Amino acid sequence: MNTTDLQTQSREITQPAIKVENVSFFYGTKKALEGVFIDIPQYKVTAMIGPSGCGKSTLLKALNRIGEIEGKVKVTGKVEFFGQDIYGSNVNLNTLRRQVGMVFQRPNPFPASIYDNIAYGVRIFRPIGRAELDNLVESSLRGAALWDEVKDLLQKSALGLSGGQQQRLCIARALAVKPKVLLMDEPCSALDPISTLKVEELIHTLKENFTIVIVTHNMQQATRVSDYTAFFNADASRVGRLVEFGSTAQIFSDATQQETRDYVAGRFG
Amino acid sequence: MTREPSLIEPTLNEPLSPFRNGFNTGMTVLAFALTALAILPLFTILWKIIQEGLPQLNWQTFTSLPAPVGSDPNEPSGFANAIVGTFTMVGLASLFSIPLGILTGIFLSEFARGSKLGDGIRFAAVLLSSTPSVIVGVFAYGLLVLTTKQFSAIAGGFALGVIMLPIVALTTEEALKLVPMHYRLGSSALGGTSFQTIFKIILPSAIAPITTGVLLAVARAAGETAPLMFTALFSQFWQENLWSPTPSLPVLIYNYASSPFPEQNALAWTASLVLVLLVLLTSLASRFFTRKRSS
Repeated sequence: MNTTDLQTQSREITQPAIKVENVSFFYGTKKALEGVFIDIPQYKVTAMIGPSGCGKSTLLKALNRIGEIEGKVKVTGKVEFFGQDIYGSNVNLNTLRRQVGMVFQRPNPFPASIYDNIAYGVRIFRPIGRAELDNLVESSLRGAALWDEVKDLLQKSALGLSGGQQQRLCIARALAVKPKVLLMDEPCSALDPISTLKVEELIHTLKENFTIVIVTHNMQQATRVSDYTAFFNADASRVGRLVEFGSTAQIFSDATQQETRDYVAGRFG
Repeated sequence: MTREPSLIEPTLNEPLSPFRNGFNTGMTVLAFALTALAILPLFTILWKIIQEGLPQLNWQTFTSLPAPVGSDPNEPSGFANAIVGTFTMVGLASLFSIPLGILTGIFLSEFARGSKLGDGIRFAAVLLSSTPSVIVGVFAYGLLVLTTKQFSAIAGGFALGVIMLPIVALTTEEALKLVPMHYRLGSSALGGTSFQTIFKIILPSAIAPITTGVLLAVARAAGETAPLMFTALFSQFWQENLWSPTPSLPVLIYNYASSPFPEQNALAWTASLVLVLLVLLTSLASRFFTRKRSS
């Protein structure tokens, strides 16, 4: 697989929101991911699937450089966000992360009111009037399909919400700062089936306005929500790599690699 | 399936052997007795302080200066100057040690976690917190009394602050370490800088345990005697300003308890009672904040 092939392919679709070129990822000195190329198309849902330890979450965290907070990491290769190298020397991480929002595996609302949870991301970037903020909180909560459930509880603690509501609050919080890309790291793994369904429906609506990248260990979920799927696998030395990337329909019914066919058929992983 | 009642019912109703019963009762009694023995000294001290200190405790205690030795026994006598002095010096100590301690705690928890520098600073703080307070007093004496040629509230406040500093820093670090990592990730993922993350998310969610630590440090400083004997000295009168010798409750107790005059001895008991009450109130307040955190 070489770069130019992928570039021509992606131009036919649209300019990619994020372009991953030959990215390898190290935790300290341990290599976790090797030589990944992916073009993440705009206004589509791209799912990353694969067995545990295959590097899918690692790649996701490399796209907004959030992994750097938890420890020493090293990335080689190139990640471009609308043509800008996010690992360049002058990159402002705060601006990057504001445009590449993230929803985590476990809902992580701040220990504050529902209103303040949404308002936080906006307030830290610019002074904003009460009326405008009220509107933004409402539109973000509507965007995350949570408004009707919480409109009378806005000043109540976010920690009083159910797990599913908390996760949608975290989505609303991410939407409030108007990102271009939304990264979701197994957003439903801590949720019950009904909440999962709500989040999946939400993902369908959100892709009209956002580019979404979702990591999931649930293959049914990938088929339900995504347009494109990237399958990752780890080799014997526990280094993850991208096996195959294509439209979700193609990956699940007509994969080119035997490994992918085995995985989606449930023969391992 | 058939049950075998004979296997179950007798074992349920059968009493423990007399030995096990007796051992159980014996150990329970022993535990209660030793607990009572352990808290006996505490209550003896409290009882004695109340017994000796309460009779002289009245409004004058909080408003008057100590009556000169040999004056009319009906003349109002108290130690308002020492109470004001203690508040002044603990206040001065808090003024510099609380902000500095909290910032040190933030540095240890948020910036130097797992680093050699952080380990070094933490070790220094632990050492400082276990330094005998008399040495802190000598240090403040050398630094502020010898250079200014004045015993002063400033020097006393500085010495108390040095005692409070490591307590505040270490409890702040512990409190911040308990804040879940995912708050930091959540804030950073929204584009928050580390300053915004720390001051708007991390610190507010740890405010209750930090307050507890600060209040315990205040309670500790309020009761320290040794560092004040070299720095603030003592005075029978109101302090003139922050740069003059300043009375305080612990030093007053020390001086008057060993005085040959019974009226001064009596005043020392009353001062002990007031000091114990002040420290008790501070500790109670810190318990209140701890409880607020856990609920």
